[in-house]
Amino acid sequence: MPDRVPIIVTLASLEGGAVTLSPEGEIGYHEAPAFRNAIREAYDKRPKRLIVDLSKVGYMGTPGVATLVEALQISKKSGVPLVLCGMNDRVRGVFEIAQLHKVFKMTPDLAGALVA
Amino acid sequence: MIESPPVRIEMVSDPRYLGCIRELVLHAARQLGFQDKAAGQVAMAADEALANVIKHGYGERPDGKIWMSLTPLGDDAVLGSGIRIVIEDEARQVDPSCIKGRDLSDIRPGGLGVHIIREVMDEVKYEQRQGVGMRLTLVKWTNGRAARSAKSA
Repeated sequence: MPDRVPIIVTLASLEGGAVTLSPEGEIGYHEAPAFRNAIREAYDKRPKRLIVDLSKVGYMGTPGVATLVEALQISKKSGVPLVLCGMNDRVRGVFEIAQLHKVFKMTPDLAGALVA
Repeated sequence: MIESPPVRIEMVSDPRYLGCIRELVLHAARQLGFQDKAAGQVAMAADEALANVIKHGYGERPDGKIWMSLTPLGDDAVLGSGIRIVIEDEARQVDPSCIKGRDLSDIRPGGLGVHIIREVMDEVKYEQRQGVGMRLTLVKWTNGRAARSAKSA
């Protein structure tokens, strides 16, 4: 029986060269590899800014957080700003426990992420 | 006589099933009196612990056995009500004193699961099972954090 796609991730290019990456669902150990592939695909588009819109993510475990730390490392090397937006309190809580909320650029919504 | 836990699950070390276990633990914690945020933390701790068994214990082999039990802990005058989660496996044994979260000032992917578990739960105990595998016992109380704060004040 074929396994279903573990997580849906939509990529969109915006005016000005920004790319948004919007995962939907929960990002745990099972879903993190697909999320990681989508992030690499987003960087392959050579965006001027990468925005990860987490407004449709209900849960994120440390494998998802680790994937975003990898993305941050790519951003630092490539000079492409990375912004996370739309996190719910549950997801933000993981970043706070790991003290990573001080490391990432975060905004409440997509409009803020475009100008952050 | 040792009472059986009211919920005991046997699962294989296949990460596809972690999502349904998260939901089960989340609902059980709410049922036992935890508010949404704390119930979410209990579910996350179980999820991180199971992911660690799959990744580090079984080396991502999908057919290892894992057992998880959930037990309500009766009302305590100070701590409130609680939940105990016990996770057992037949994976490789490690020295419990070597299971540590990483230094948070070291910003890199990975190594956060144990830190999160210790941060959100009131009691965390790793043990080697007799002969084979590991046992992890997690406890959280509805008033655990407040009780700790009051004690340290």
